[in-house]
Amino acid sequence: MSSLAVPQAEPVAGSTPGTAQDRPPLRRRISLIPTVTLLLGAAYCLLPVAWVVIAATKSGSELFSTFTFLPGTGFVDNVQDLSAYRDGVYWEWMANSALYAGLGALLSTCVSAISGYALATYRFRGRETIFNVLLAGVLMPPVILAIPQYLLLAKADLTDSYLSVLLPQILFPYGVYLARIYAAAAVPADVIEAGRMDGANEWRIFTRIALPMMIPGLVTVFLFQFVAIWNNFLLPYIMLSDDEKFPITLGLFTLLEQGANTPALYTLVITGAFLAVFPLIALFLVIQRFWSLDLLSGAVKS
Amino acid sequence: MPYAKRRRLVTSAVALTLGATTLAACGSDSGDSETESGPVSLTYWTWTPGMDKVVDLWNKGPGKKDQITVTVKKQASGDTLVTKILTAHKAGKAPDLVQAEYQALPTLVSNDALADIAKNVGEAKDSFADGVWQQTTLGTDAVYAVPQDIGPLMFYYREDLFKEYGLTVPTTWDEFAETARELKKAAPDKDLTTFSANDSGLFAGLAQQAGAKWWTTSGDQWKVAIDDAATQKVADFWGGLVEEGAIDNQPMYTPAWNKALNTGKQIAWVSAVWAPGTLTTAAPATKGKWAMAPLPQWSASENRTGSWGGSSTAVTTDSKHQEAAAKFAAWLNTDSKALNALAKESGIYPAATNAQTSGAFLKPPAYFANQADFYSKAADIAETTAPSAWGPNVNVAYTTFKDAFGAAAKNKSDFGAALKKMQADTVADMKKQGFEVAE
Repeated sequence: MSSLAVPQAEPVAGSTPGTAQDRPPLRRRISLIPTVTLLLGAAYCLLPVAWVVIAATKSGSELFSTFTFLPGTGFVDNVQDLSAYRDGVYWEWMANSALYAGLGALLSTCVSAISGYALATYRFRGRETIFNVLLAGVLMPPVILAIPQYLLLAKADLTDSYLSVLLPQILFPYGVYLARIYAAAAVPADVIEAGRMDGANEWRIFTRIALPMMIPGLVTVFLFQFVAIWNNFLLPYIMLSDDEKFPITLGLFTLLEQGANTPALYTLVITGAFLAVFPLIALFLVIQRFWSLDLLSGAVKS
Repeated sequence: MPYAKRRRLVTSAVALTLGATTLAACGSDSGDSETESGPVSLTYWTWTPGMDKVVDLWNKGPGKKDQITVTVKKQASGDTLVTKILTAHKAGKAPDLVQAEYQALPTLVSNDALADIAKNVGEAKDSFADGVWQQTTLGTDAVYAVPQDIGPLMFYYREDLFKEYGLTVPTTWDEFAETARELKKAAPDKDLTTFSANDSGLFAGLAQQAGAKWWTTSGDQWKVAIDDAATQKVADFWGGLVEEGAIDNQPMYTPAWNKALNTGKQIAWVSAVWAPGTLTTAAPATKGKWAMAPLPQWSASENRTGSWGGSSTAVTTDSKHQEAAAKFAAWLNTDSKALNALAKESGIYPAATNAQTSGAFLKPPAYFANQADFYSKAADIAETTAPSAWGPNVNVAYTTFKDAFGAAAKNKSDFGAALKKMQADTVADMKKQGFEVAE
C-alpha cells in the first residue's frame, strides 16, 4: 500500500506559459542514463505491486507452489472468502479506514488552511516561535507520540472510540507548514489589503478571497494526510481494541497474527491488501484535476 | 469556530485545539466502568479465531445464570499484544481478561498487570498436567492464569519418503543425526529438515526437553541460565549438523520453505501438535503422506518433550470484577462443552488433559487421516512435557536468538558463541530494567 504514497509531482505554480513554443524546437535527445535510472526506479516500486496483484489471484494451494508471476485461478473465491470472514468485517474495516482518512484529512486540511494562512499573513509576537515549533513537529515522527496520546485520551475516557483515532491526526504539522508556504506564495498581500479597503472583515477575506487561491495547495495537504492516515498503523493499534472499529491496516494484521496454532490467512491478507489500494488510486484520479487550477493568474497584475 | 473580528488571533489552530480538548472532556463512551452490583459485563482480548462463538455459549448458558456477559475483542497475537496490554494497564484501561502466551506471563506479572486468582480457580489445577499448571503459578502460591492450549513438540516425517530411502524413525537425537546423514548419502539434494532461527519458541522447547531452566528465582534474585549445559548441548548438536551440511540452514515459514515441504525436498519437521494446520497450507500436495512420532530423546531411557507455543487466559488487575472474570476463565478452559467448542471453532489443542482424547480429538486431523491414533499418541506425548521456566524478558532473549542464531546458521559458524551472546544480552537487559540478577 505504501508504495502508492509516493506523492505525485506538484505543478509548478506560476510557471510562465509559452516559453516552449517561442523557441525553435530543440533536437529531441533521449538521455540514456536518466531514463534507465527512472525505469529501474519504476521497476523497483512496481514489482511488489505486481506481486500483490498476481498473488491476489492465487488460491491457497497455488500461492506458494506455483511460479511467482503466474496468475492463479482463485481471485473470485478469495474475494468471497474475504467478504465472508467474520460476517464481512473486512468491509467494515474498509469503511472505517475511509472514515478515519476522509474525515481526518478534511478536518486536518481545515486546520492547516486556517493556521497556515494566519501564519503567512499576520504579523504578531511569537509568530516565528510558533512556526519553529511546527517545524520541530514536522521532524517528529508521529509514531513516538502514539503512546503519550493514548495515555492522554485514556484520561478523557476516549480510548477505543472513533474519536481516539481522529483527534490526534487533526493537527498535521507538515500540512500547516505546507499551507503557510503556499499561502505566502499564492495569496498576495495586495489582494488582502484591497479586501480590507472594501470593508470585508478578516473572516470574509479568508473564506472568500484567500481560501479559493489556496485550493491547489490544500488539495496537496489533503492527499498527504489522507494517505498518511490510510497507512497509519501504530496509533489505531494502540487506541482501539474493538476489531469492528479497526482500519484496514490493523484488520489485516489480525488476519496474519492468529496465534501459533492457526496458520496465517495469507490469501485473505493479500487479497485484502490488493483491494485496499483501489480507494487510494480512485482518490488520486479524482482529485488530480484540482491541481491544475491556476488561480494565481489575474489577481494581481504586475 | 470562534470568529475573530479585528483581534488577530495568535493562530486559529490554537483555538481549534482548545475546542478539541473541550470536546474530549465532554465525551465518554467507555463501556468498561460498571457498578459493583447487578449484572457484570467483561471484555476479553484474544486472538483465537472463532472465540466469539465459544463465548456465546457462556453468555447464553452459565453466564446468563450468573449475569456475567463477556465481550470478545479480537486482537493480533504476539509480543505486540503484550506491549498493548501493558500500555493499556498504564492507563488503567486493560480489559478484564486477556489471552497470554505462557512465556509472556512473567512479563505481565512483573508489571503488576495480572491478578492472582488462586482463590477462584484453585480447583481447576487437577484438570491440567503439572508441568503446564506450573507455568501459570511461576513457582509461587499465586495463580496468574488458567492454561488454555499447549504445543508439545513432536517429530513429523514423510512416511512414504522414509520408506523409499530406507530410513527408520529416529528415537534418539544421535539416530536423528544419523538419519540426516543417511538421507544425504541416498539423495544429496534433499534434507531431513532445516535449522531455522526465525522462531525462537522451537529452540526454547528443544532446550526445555534437554532439561534447561532459563530463568529461575531464589529469593528476590533472578538467575539466568540460557547458556547452561543442557542448552549448550542442544545448540552444539544443531550447529554441528548445520556445519557439516547434514541439514539445511534456511529459515522456515518462508515461501521457499513451504515449497521444500510441498515438493519433498525436506522430508521431516520437528514441530508441535498444531503442525497439521501449518502443513495444510504450507504443503497441500503432500496430504496424507506424513506421520507423527514422539520427539527424539537425548538418551534411550528418557521420555520427555518440550513445548512450542500455547497460551492461557488471565485476569487483569485493572478488572473491577476479578472474581467473575476468573469464573469465566475457569469455565472456558475446563468445561467440556467449552473445550469442545474451542476445538471445533478455533482448532486449539486443549491444555486440559481430559479434553485431549475426547470430542473433536477422537478422530485424527484431516491432514493426518492415515494416522488414526494421532491424538491419543499426542496426548501421551503431551503428558511427558518437561516443565519450563520463563522470565520477565523472554522477548529480549528471543530477539537476540533470532539475530545471533540467524547469523550463525547462515554462516554455519559456532552456535555456542551465539548462545553466549543470548545469555549476555538477556542478563544485561534485566539489569537495565532493574531486576536483581545473580551471576
